[in-house]
Amino acid sequence: MAGGAPVIEVRGVTKAFGEREVLHGVDFDVAEHEAVALIGASGSGKSTLLRCIDLLEEIDDGDIFLDGEVITDPSVSPVAVRRKLGVVFQAYNLFPHMSVLQNVVLGQMRAQGARRREAEEEGRALLARFGLAGREGDRPDELSGGQQQRVAIARAFAGKPRALLLDEVTSALDPELVGEVLEAVRDLKAEGMTMVIATHEMTFAREVADEVAFLHEGRIVEAGPPAQVLEDPRAEETQRFLARLLRAGRA
Amino acid sequence: MTETAATAPGERRLERAAAKRRRHRRNALIAALSSIVVIGGIAALVLTSPGWPTVRETFFSWSEFKNAFPEVLSGFWLDVKVFMVVEAAVLVIALVIALVRVNRSPGLFPVRLLSTVWVDVFRGVPTVLLVYLIGFGVPALELEGLPTDPVVLGGIALTLSYSGYVSEVYRAGINSVHWGQTDAALSVGLTQAQAMRHVILPQAIRRVGPPLLNDFVSLQKDVALISIIGPQEAFRVAQIYQGENFNYTPIIAAAMLYLVITIPLARIVDRMGGAGGVR
Repeated sequence: MAGGAPVIEVRGVTKAFGEREVLHGVDFDVAEHEAVALIGASGSGKSTLLRCIDLLEEIDDGDIFLDGEVITDPSVSPVAVRRKLGVVFQAYNLFPHMSVLQNVVLGQMRAQGARRREAEEEGRALLARFGLAGREGDRPDELSGGQQQRVAIARAFAGKPRALLLDEVTSALDPELVGEVLEAVRDLKAEGMTMVIATHEMTFAREVADEVAFLHEGRIVEAGPPAQVLEDPRAEETQRFLARLLRAGRA
Repeated sequence: MTETAATAPGERRLERAAAKRRRHRRNALIAALSSIVVIGGIAALVLTSPGWPTVRETFFSWSEFKNAFPEVLSGFWLDVKVFMVVEAAVLVIALVIALVRVNRSPGLFPVRLLSTVWVDVFRGVPTVLLVYLIGFGVPALELEGLPTDPVVLGGIALTLSYSGYVSEVYRAGINSVHWGQTDAALSVGLTQAQAMRHVILPQAIRRVGPPLLNDFVSLQKDVALISIIGPQEAFRVAQIYQGENFNYTPIIAAAMLYLVITIPLARIVDRMGGAGGVR
């Protein structure tokens, strides 16, 4: 575990939807400038875990800390916490009634109280950085899936978050569009962005992540450097999961 | 190879175009013939009916039409004024009710309960009964400061009834916006209220345009209901005229005035509905 002090600490987090327990006591840390890849089968709880960290879901037990301070206490304002985190969703979730630029600056202007001129200037720069110069005035549905997801990344990044939570950001994309989105994530990693990346792209996890955590039935069964977890998994569940991926040609 | 590729599709294209034209011509012919048969049949039935000469005189008299029209038209102007004021009030009140009903905060529970009762009661009672009850009931209270003008009372009754309907239209629109939109709005740091104001409502209102206009058309017609408590609007004026002259033509005149407003509105609804998928 390289990097500095932990930015995100997850301690014994449990979450159930009705009778169905999705997370059973999850523990893990994300150090500053570190990228942690969360891998695991569909339904293993990856999305739920990310949603819990952004306080989009209320956890049942355990605690989550951001920069050493507990954020899952009833006295903490979820809005203030979310302003320090950025989320990129699997289905982009762009605002369809707004232009690309408005999507990127909405949070800046309404939540962080930025002035329009400055927010738009930063927004344009950010869009240009992710290869979207000239598309500022377009509606999201005029863009390809890959472009939409890059707008979503720019939107999440615009708030200068302490950490980015990426929820299977390439799963809804046509195969030929995956590369451009992964390139954007690589770019953020190179800049030292702290990230939690739920993903099915093992090659990508191996390349970008400092640590890979394997989530199985709501528990982190195995975590460690990508080379160890992906090439030489110790837990039997990890071995079986990776073997299945290998057979499907995805690893 | 290149020659056949250049000529062969051209021939087939011409053949297909010709076949398409033949089909269009035949369809147009069938439509025209069947229209003549159906419409002509109905017209013939009406025109040859034993009572037609009398009906023509009592319902479609040109001289009666000319005499009554100015008065009916001025009555209709009252309908239009009531419609516009009520519509504006309905759009605002219904939105407030819808927002209260989708809000989950415990502090708003009493207001939420009240809104639910409002919608259930005022939407559940026939509009004509509401007009009657409010038109005669409110003045009977003899309370200082309450309106006694039947136009105002009728307008209030229509507002109560239609705000019940329209709030449900708004609510359906709000609920139709995918929850991922709220997630995304919250994730960029907006509060629940900001998410509603900037992300959910603009999308919801765009979607409910056609059903809202549909309710406008309906309200526009229902303004005639206030006639039962006295105001001299188009239908009332026409009825009085009919009572004095034993001729129904003024009522036809009133009906035509309604159509002048409702048909264009209906076409706008159609166009919006058709464009719904495109935005």
